Amino acid sequence: MTPDLAEKAGELEKPLVRAAPRGLDDSPGYRVFRVVNTALLLGVVAVTLYPFLNIVAQSFSDEQAIRTGRVNLLPQGFDLKTYRFVMADPAFWNGYLNTVVYTVVATAIAMALTTVYAYVLSKRRLKGRGLLIGIAVFTMFFNGGLIPNYVLISSLGMKNTLWAVVLPNAISVFNLLVMKSFFENLPSELEEAAVVDGLSAYGVLLRIVLPLSKAVLATMVLFYAVANWNAWFGAFLYFDRADLFPVTVYLRNMIAGASGADAVGAGGSADVAQVSANIKAVTMVLTVLPVLVVYPFVQRFFVSGVMLGAVKQ
Amino acid sequence: MTAAPETALVAETVAEARPRRGKWPGRRPAGRRETWRRALRRDWQLYSLAVLPLLFFLVFRYLPMLGNVIAFRRFVPGGSVFGEAWVGLRYVEMFVKDPNFWSVFGNTVVLGALTLLFCFPLPIVLALMLNEVRSRYFKRFVQTVAYLPHFLSIVIVAGMVMQLVSVEGTVNQVTRLFGADAVPFIQAPDWFRTIYVSSEVWQTVGWGTILYLAALTTVDEQLYEAARIDGASRWRQTWHITLPGVRPTMVTLLILNTGTFMAVGFEKILLLQNPLTYPTGDVVSTYLYRVGLVSNNFSYAAAIGLFEALVGLVLILSANAISRRAVGTSLW
Repeated sequence: MTPDLAEKAGELEKPLVRAAPRGLDDSPGYRVFRVVNTALLLGVVAVTLYPFLNIVAQSFSDEQAIRTGRVNLLPQGFDLKTYRFVMADPAFWNGYLNTVVYTVVATAIAMALTTVYAYVLSKRRLKGRGLLIGIAVFTMFFNGGLIPNYVLISSLGMKNTLWAVVLPNAISVFNLLVMKSFFENLPSELEEAAVVDGLSAYGVLLRIVLPLSKAVLATMVLFYAVANWNAWFGAFLYFDRADLFPVTVYLRNMIAGASGADAVGAGGSADVAQVSANIKAVTMVLTVLPVLVVYPFVQRFFVSGVMLGAVKQ
Repeated sequence: MTAAPETALVAETVAEARPRRGKWPGRRPAGRRETWRRALRRDWQLYSLAVLPLLFFLVFRYLPMLGNVIAFRRFVPGGSVFGEAWVGLRYVEMFVKDPNFWSVFGNTVVLGALTLLFCFPLPIVLALMLNEVRSRYFKRFVQTVAYLPHFLSIVIVAGMVMQLVSVEGTVNQVTRLFGADAVPFIQAPDWFRTIYVSSEVWQTVGWGTILYLAALTTVDEQLYEAARIDGASRWRQTWHITLPGVRPTMVTLLILNTGTFMAVGFEKILLLQNPLTYPTGDVVSTYLYRVGLVSNNFSYAAAIGLFEALVGLVLILSANAISRRAVGTSLW
């Protein structure tokens, strides 16, 4: 790595937010403000975390305790039988497996398309570049809408196939712009040298640019993977068969069934039976678990990924 | 997904895509404009990389836009994507005369306005509060927690909301504590807006601070020093230096939020609503979902959807124009 790039990589590791300017003005009023401010922020933290803790507590509690409103932060009547019950359900595991497959395939396709297009857009000398950017950006402000999309997917014969959930959102324009701005900031001398040494545009992308872009690639993989892990509507819309449902649709049918909402929709969500609250809680915990486990480790990347696009030098 | 942190990037890229003719300084000296033939011969490999992504945009983004012609043609399931016969403005007339449509339109405007009212300013406030924190660890801790809800599936959020507001849920325990009767919130039309907006705030406010925090780091330190020497208090420093410093970010975000005004959280509303809460909780997008996909009235629903998208486009164009005149910041 050239010193230049080492510096660039180092930038990503730097704290993203500068400490507030240290004042000479530590007036009594400002000290009071700081105490109030800290208290308010702790309040924000508590309110943000409470729903998670509540669901986790419910997942370990027995049904009766939830029904009588005794579960808040701590499990009542701690036991693991609901976990055993949910994990013994083949439909749950089937949904989980589907989610994994959709996430992996969709993320791979999305990464390939987004990377090559971002690379093309990052070449300032390219004729027609403004048009290529415009084509992508316009779709942020105007879109075909639900019905034409549904008709399109149906007539392409993609209903009840993997393609219906992995293709329609293959490029997120936001991710595209983040990558483009990252590529633009790579030193162009390296690429020029590679071209002089006889590498083609494909070679430059694969051998020079991608190895230097691991930080942004990791961020994008994470963005796409989380989005696909969390997605439900496409599957809900385009899948009629319960064995194709990702775990999010499985969960939504469970919640909708128990809330008494009309179980409309493409899915054969006929299970309008009351699902007990602790089973719902367990399913929610298990569904969100991978995201929660990964989150503390990748949070820094997520944030720097967004900032990469947000702040310009 | 909420569109919060797209701002600065979008603003800059939109500006970049603008044709650089006339008064815009071109990159190449005039008279030596490159011909397409030369560009293609030199960069054909780059253009070839763009083919698949362009195909994606064409098929999954632009084709559906054209597909909106079924709003003016009768669509027969199994028939052509573009419908079978012209019916003119029949479906447009239909929704103009549809009392349900106007009721859901009103709900959309109210929910959109409430969302804008709360979800736009709160991240600024939170970012300013975070900016005053001196302990780096405490700040990082608050940030880590605040960003978390952004990474949850809407399905999980809806599930959590329903548990919290259920008759025996935490919210009702608190109301009972104050001697009030338990409220079946999820069936109560009067409470739908409150529930929706507060869950939206819960989910988006932390993530929304990222951009403001980024913008805050670019404010010139010397300005604060100068202000301190002039004897400005913290409040005056915030008011006269910090806020003007993040104004471009605020304006860009406001324009983008205005553009998504009509498309209020479709997925979340669909998950949270039920027939009992339709009087306040049914919005244009959920109504067209039911009309189109549940009742199979594709052409009618497409007409509603087209109307919704056009209103959104007009909103963003006018917000942009107004902000360019008023504060000199705009997307393009």
